[in-house]
Amino acid sequence: MGMSVLLACQFLGELVARGLVLPVPGPVIGMVILLAGLMIRGKVPDSLRMTGEGLLRYLTLLFVPAGVGLMGHFELIGLDLWPILVTLVVSTAVTLAVTGWLLERLNRRQGGRS
Amino acid sequence: MKVAALDQLWVYLSGHPLLSLLVTLLAFTAAVRINRALGGTSLLHPVTLSIVLLIAFLLLVDMDYSTYFEGAQFIHFLLGPATVALAIPLYDHRERVRRLLVPLLLACGAGIVTAVGSTLGLAMLLGARAETLLSLAPRSVTSPIAMGIAEQIGGIPSLAAGLVLLTGSIGCALAPWVFRLLRVRDPAVQGFTLGLSAHGFGTAHAFARIGAVAGAFSGLAMGLTGLLTAFLLPLLARLFGLH
Repeated sequence: MGMSVLLACQFLGELVARGLVLPVPGPVIGMVILLAGLMIRGKVPDSLRMTGEGLLRYLTLLFVPAGVGLMGHFELIGLDLWPILVTLVVSTAVTLAVTGWLLERLNRRQGGRS
Repeated sequence: MKVAALDQLWVYLSGHPLLSLLVTLLAFTAAVRINRALGGTSLLHPVTLSIVLLIAFLLLVDMDYSTYFEGAQFIHFLLGPATVALAIPLYDHRERVRRLLVPLLLACGAGIVTAVGSTLGLAMLLGARAETLLSLAPRSVTSPIAMGIAEQIGGIPSLAAGLVLLTGSIGCALAPWVFRLLRVRDPAVQGFTLGLSAHGFGTAHAFARIGAVAGAFSGLAMGLTGLLTAFLLPLLARLFGLH
C-alpha cells in the first residue's frame, strides 16, 4: 500500500510536469503532492511510513547507478580538467560556508527573539 | 555431466541484468565496510567509493555503461519514489519548517547566488571553455533539473549531469570540515546547507550521517534550490554575459 501511494504521487507529479512543461522533475512535484495529501489527512499512515523510511534509509545506494555514468564523461571533463576541479572544490566550499553561516545566524537571531 | 565453457558462461552472465544488480549491491556493501574500517572518513564517502569500484570493475571486464545500466536501472528507478517519500520527514517537522520559513528562503537565495556566481566567476578566471562554463553553472542542482537548465542556457546536458555528481561527492567530503570551522552544529542548518550545496547526495548523506531532522531539511533545500535555480539561472547567466 505504501509503495502504491508513493508511485501514484510520482505518476501525478510526472503528469503535471509534462502537462505544464515545467522544468522541474516529476518526483519533486510528487513530493509536493504527497506533502499536501499528508497535511489534509493529518497523519502519516503506518504502511506509507514503513515503505518511505525504508527507501530513505538506503537513499545513498540509489545514487550509485547514476554516479557510475560519470565514466561516460571522462573525455569531456578531461578537456577542462583543472578549471573544473578547482572550480568545483572552491565553489562548493564557499557555497557550503555562506549558506551554513547565514542560516545559523538567522536561526540564532530568531531563536533569541521568541 | 556437461559443463559449459567459461567464456560462454561469461557471455550469458554479462548480458544479464542480474550481474550488474548484484555487483552494484556488493560494491556498495564493500564501500560501506571500507569506509567504516577507515573510521567513517567523509573524504571517501561510500557512494563515491562504490562508484570508483564499479567504474574500475566495468573497465576491467570491458562492459559498457548501457549494458551495466540495464541491470542497475532497477536500483536507479527507486530514486523516484524515494524523492516522493521525502515528504514524510518534511511533514513530521512541518512546525519547525514553518517557523524557519523566512530564514530558509533567504539562505536558499543567497546560497544559489553564491553557487552560481562563484562557479561562473572562477571557471571564467581559469579559462574554461564556454560549453564547460554553461554546463558547470547548474551543478548544485539535482541532475534532472540541471540537465534541463544546461540545455536551456546552451551547455552540454550529459556533461552537466557528470558535474552534478562530482559536486555531490565533493560537497559531502567538504561539509564536515566547513561545519566544524564555522561551528555550525544545528542538524537542521547542516541538513539544509547540504541539500542546497550537494543536492540528492547531500540529502542522502544527511539522512545517513546526521539524522531524520537533517534529512528533512536537506530534502526541502534540494527541492527549493531546484525550483529557484530553474528560474534564477538564466537571469544570472545573462548577467555574466553568457546567454
